Amino acid sequence: MICTLCGQQEASIHLTEILNDQMMEVHLCEACAQEKGTDFKTHFHLGELLGGLTGAGAAPATAGAASAESAACESCGLSFEEFAKTGRLGCPACYKALSRVLLPLIKRVQRSSHHAGKKPAHLAVSEKAAYDLRLLQERLRKSVEMEAFEDAAKLRDEIKKFESKSAKKGKKK
Amino acid sequence: MTDFKSWVHRPAEWIKAEGPSSDVVVSSRLRLARNLEGFRFNQKLKASDRREIIGLIETAVKKTQLLKKSSFLRSSELSELEREFLLERHMISREHAEEKNENAVAISSAEDVSVMILEEDHLRLQVFQSGLKLTEAWQKINALDDELEKNLTYAFSLSLGYLTACPTNVGTGLRASCMVHLPGLVLTKQVHKVLQALAKLNLAARGLYGEGTQAAGNLFQFSNQMTLGQREEEIIDNLERVIRQVVEHEKEARRLFAQKRQTKVEDQIWRAVGTLKSARVMASGEATQLLSLVELGVGTGLVKSSLTLEDLHGLFLMIQPAHLQMASGAGLSPQERDEARANLIRDKLSGIQL
Repeated sequence: MICTLCGQQEASIHLTEILNDQMMEVHLCEACAQEKGTDFKTHFHLGELLGGLTGAGAAPATAGAASAESAACESCGLSFEEFAKTGRLGCPACYKALSRVLLPLIKRVQRSSHHAGKKPAHLAVSEKAAYDLRLLQERLRKSVEMEAFEDAAKLRDEIKKFESKSAKKGKKK
Repeated sequence: MTDFKSWVHRPAEWIKAEGPSSDVVVSSRLRLARNLEGFRFNQKLKASDRREIIGLIETAVKKTQLLKKSSFLRSSELSELEREFLLERHMISREHAEEKNENAVAISSAEDVSVMILEEDHLRLQVFQSGLKLTEAWQKINALDDELEKNLTYAFSLSLGYLTACPTNVGTGLRASCMVHLPGLVLTKQVHKVLQALAKLNLAARGLYGEGTQAAGNLFQFSNQMTLGQREEEIIDNLERVIRQVVEHEKEARRLFAQKRQTKVEDQIWRAVGTLKSARVMASGEATQLLSLVELGVGTGLVKSSLTLEDLHGLFLMIQPAHLQMASGAGLSPQERDEARANLIRDKLSGIQL
């Protein structure tokens, strides 16, 4: 069997990875395996998705070109093309700057677009309230989707209570 | 200077074989990815920023309960062999070991906690436990994260959660994984069914394949794939439930094997013992595969031995290239390593009667 990466040497290392319901086999020669290590997850996963994003399955460098060639992060200068090559962002602000192409991608990889887990303790009170409200809304959306209408009704009441509470707080200030 | 030679014979937490189901689940590991607000991610960092980040994190790390007495190691103080050694002990990743710019790592003395600094993200917190102990690991890593956060400001977005250099980690930044030893399922040719079922549950399964179609040492790593949209406890709970089922299947396969004494499997185990007890040259891939069979033989009572699970897990680690060299106190050529490996294994298995 020939190495998947260089396409020249005989492959001696065989990896199987299962991602998004698909079994992927990767065959590597010794030299490529040493160079890349065995951690292929991010590498292949992103490349495949970036290709799939435009529906063409083209190479990552050209995949985003049509829709996103103008997009670049003002804060660090990272372009979408650069991101497509490395799969890595340049700074926290990239998430906003490249959101037009990044958010659909995140939704595909993560099958969600909203954080529901832990949050830093230092968040401002108003930010915390906004976060908690969003979590409730997210749960409401899910329960409606699953047709769990009893839960949905309870959540709707909770949201109403939450909103009137924060409205009162706002007046006091 | 850190005396790594003394580390060679101290058991790292994850090979202790103490936790629940540790005859199948070698170890549980959690990882949290975090980045500091106000700095670029690693690929766009200047050298001066790298130094500042290492300094900031070192200060914060030394103020935590879990890591105040940890070893804090900068890559510039470590030789290539020492970095390879830490990699084999899972304290750092391949990417961290091979980084050309300055980076650092903090490691607890029990080697159950490590914080990689300037890996793919500014911080990669890791907690290791032997056996299936994801929930305990979560309590530990969550507490460490809380403590660090008192002195560090993380990059966080209300909608996307903790912001990471790669979008595949955004949100919780949490990767939960278990290393599982599945010789029973491999030998009874059921392991592909298990792997395919895992894929349907959005879990990643990886086996490092040696020659043919068997995973080297029958060791697999199962982990969550998605990091966004679920609470940390949900992610961990999902993985733990699935692994419990895999453990049941593996144990069932071993039970069947122990009852029926299938000649073919018995033959493979005894051949493995015979080879390991006689070989003068032993490559690490072959050794891993054969030791896996010995562990199955000892575990099912076919092979009588005073070796414990901890001894055997420890041997998996001791035969790695950097460990052999650290133990010998000198650099060894690949040929010399294969000989040292064969000698070490013959010595450890000397109590087993053929």
